[in-house]
Amino acid sequence: MLYGGNNNWFASYAYWYFKLYGHQDVKLLDGGRKKWELDSRDLVEEVPSRPAANYVAQEQDTAIRAFRDEVVDAINVKNLVDVRSPDEFSGKLLAPAHLPQEQSQRPGHVPSARNIPWSKAANDDGTFRSDAELTELYQEEGVDLAKDTIAYCRIGERSAHTWFVLHELLGQENVKNYDGSWTEYGSLVGVPIALGA
Amino acid sequence: MCGATTGGLSREGIDVSKETVIEGTISKDGVPVTGYVRLLNADGEFTAEVPTSATGAFRFFAAPGSWTLRALVPGGSADRAVVATQGQVHEVAIAV
Repeated sequence: MLYGGNNNWFASYAYWYFKLYGHQDVKLLDGGRKKWELDSRDLVEEVPSRPAANYVAQEQDTAIRAFRDEVVDAINVKNLVDVRSPDEFSGKLLAPAHLPQEQSQRPGHVPSARNIPWSKAANDDGTFRSDAELTELYQEEGVDLAKDTIAYCRIGERSAHTWFVLHELLGQENVKNYDGSWTEYGSLVGVPIALGA
Repeated sequence: MCGATTGGLSREGIDVSKETVIEGTISKDGVPVTGYVRLLNADGEFTAEVPTSATGAFRFFAAPGSWTLRALVPGGSADRAVVATQGQVHEVAIAV
């Protein structure tokens, strides 16, 4: 059972990562730590002690992970969902203002990508919107749910949140998270880049 | 935090003249309360979110423009509009 701060960005990424390496028995706590706090549930400060154990991961399941060449090939063919903020998508910013650590060489987005910020999939308390609201959101933003989809952001965390929505909540098949994301794509030589909203 | 004195966050090390600062505290029934504050842009779209300090204080380094602050605390929420300009600290007290 995973949960985290920042509206479960990191917990969603960890969830995707567990699944990527074949660990199927994993769940996400809807709303994460924020919802837990807003519900006035108990928090403790003790750190539990666990004995060390050996764990052997499976080979990665590339059915849920996209690499850069696949993203280039997906232009105008598959759904490309860019879940960053509008200012990152348009090229005004290289990174969220409060998270400047990882940046690409160039601003912009992958041609034909739709900008559907991760935050549109979540309620104020961090829980996911209803299945009906989520389906309407992606359809209204021009995502053809009959096609394969690749989600990306800057380093693959926010897009893991959207991957969770599309693949785990809405049961869409063939949804991949491009964890190289804009930090990789925007640093490549010779790939097409689009600017503007 | 029960019994905490009210007051803003330290501005030590911040060159306010270069920044557009929106900060303040959340209170409920006159007492500082912890929670979260969301920063929404002029279209009402999510831009950023921070948890408050133990004394209910929050701070955003924003861009100049019109913003909405949305405070979330156990059992309630409240919105406040703010128009921010560079070089100023905009103090917003939010009572939920």
